[in-house]
Amino acid sequence: MSLRRTTLTAYRIVTQLRHDLRTVALVLLVPAGLVGLLAWTLLQRPGQFDAIGPRLLGVFPLTVMFLVTSVTTLRERTSGTLERLLTLPVTKADIIGGYALAFFLVALVQSVLVAGLSYTAFGLHHLGWPWRPSLVALLSGLLGTAFGLALSALATSEFQAVQFMPAFILPQLLLSGLFVPVSDLPAGLRQVADVLPMSAAVRALQPTETLRGATEQTLVMVAYVVGALVLGAVTLRRHSK
Amino acid sequence: MNSGVDVQHLGVIRRGRAVLRDLSLRIEPGELVGLLGPSGSGKSTLMRALVGVQRVTSGSATIDGIPIGSAELRHRVGYVAQSPASYRDLTVEENVRYFAAMLGIDSSDADRVLELVDLSERRRDLVSSLSGGETNRVSLAVALLGEPQLLLLDEPTVGLDPVLREHLWGVFRQLRDRGLALVVSSHVMDEASRCDRLVLLRAGKFIFDGSPSTLLSRTGAGTYDGAFIALVKDTA
Repeated sequence: MSLRRTTLTAYRIVTQLRHDLRTVALVLLVPAGLVGLLAWTLLQRPGQFDAIGPRLLGVFPLTVMFLVTSVTTLRERTSGTLERLLTLPVTKADIIGGYALAFFLVALVQSVLVAGLSYTAFGLHHLGWPWRPSLVALLSGLLGTAFGLALSALATSEFQAVQFMPAFILPQLLLSGLFVPVSDLPAGLRQVADVLPMSAAVRALQPTETLRGATEQTLVMVAYVVGALVLGAVTLRRHSK
Repeated sequence: MNSGVDVQHLGVIRRGRAVLRDLSLRIEPGELVGLLGPSGSGKSTLMRALVGVQRVTSGSATIDGIPIGSAELRHRVGYVAQSPASYRDLTVEENVRYFAAMLGIDSSDADRVLELVDLSERRRDLVSSLSGGETNRVSLAVALLGEPQLLLLDEPTVGLDPVLREHLWGVFRQLRDRGLALVVSSHVMDEASRCDRLVLLRAGKFIFDGSPSTLLSRTGAGTYDGAFIALVKDTA
């Protein structure tokens, strides 16, 4: 892996995004807009937004970044540019690293926007550690990117890639503790829910979670990001059979 | 070391079907070879095997003495695939500069190759706004970056007008005169006359290897199309 080629690839992806400002606006504003909408719906029920709002900071960035990354990567795979790159002195890690770095920057801006607006304009009350919501929102965005990179290998068209959203994200949402607390789930499901990446994000932002528990969940998210990035690099094949 | 291409009994089986069968071929530096054949005959597969993105099931091949697929070859081989292989949401210049940077080449080389393929005036336009022929030339510009010893061009002149086609064949001949080996595939037989040597592929096998004039005299046909049809019938 070369730092120079990784940075150049990240720069190239950011340049592509610069030519597509509508996508950038959607990616940056949709999570914040959704949290704002939720705050509005709960205006008549004091205290409820403080209970649910933080957890959604772990859900919306993941969903948005998953979609944008899987479609972008799939385009790279199907347009022939990926194959072209792999005929050059470029490693798979350079490409995956470039994507991770570029979307890290996007997720960073997104998480600052969504967390910042939540705690100011939308009136969310403080969790205790000011870095926590931003960091978890950022990691949640990175989780979306990393899994988008890995799962795009399974899709052969942009249509399929979009279908992975309900297949991959919605089950995690159902099991994340947002609707039914994980401890109240039936035995088999509870074990599954405990290990899902989105559950870690939601737990890390639960108002009742201790600092130690939140730190543990954060580390779980980091591990998932790294694991999915490695999976993404493995599923990039230099040769076709 | 610059010793050309050496293909020995190369075979590719894909999903149980033999796409390339026992191909042997030598290409010397400074040769301009036309790889012709009907669509589906295996031209692209042969090029993809040589450039290292298609797994070979039998036989072997070397470029400048180095086995195909080796990382060392990635500096030496320029390749134009049939798919446009450029980023539609980048400008022409951003595309070429990115690939130059990934090759570790000075970005001023981008200006030279854009000039060669006659795209200098469209350098600031997004690839998505280009015509099909212009998009192909972006890939060609990328293949010309640096100092490749071998150029594998898969149908590089599809969709180009006659003036531009003439210009590009001029570029190919210049490169050949500098000692590069070029393999240019086409399914259009009238491109045959522009090559020094023709290799005809049909159903994964070579059915002819020689000069354009030999092709005409051997088949007794008046046109390249006629010669090709005669040969295909002969070997069917």
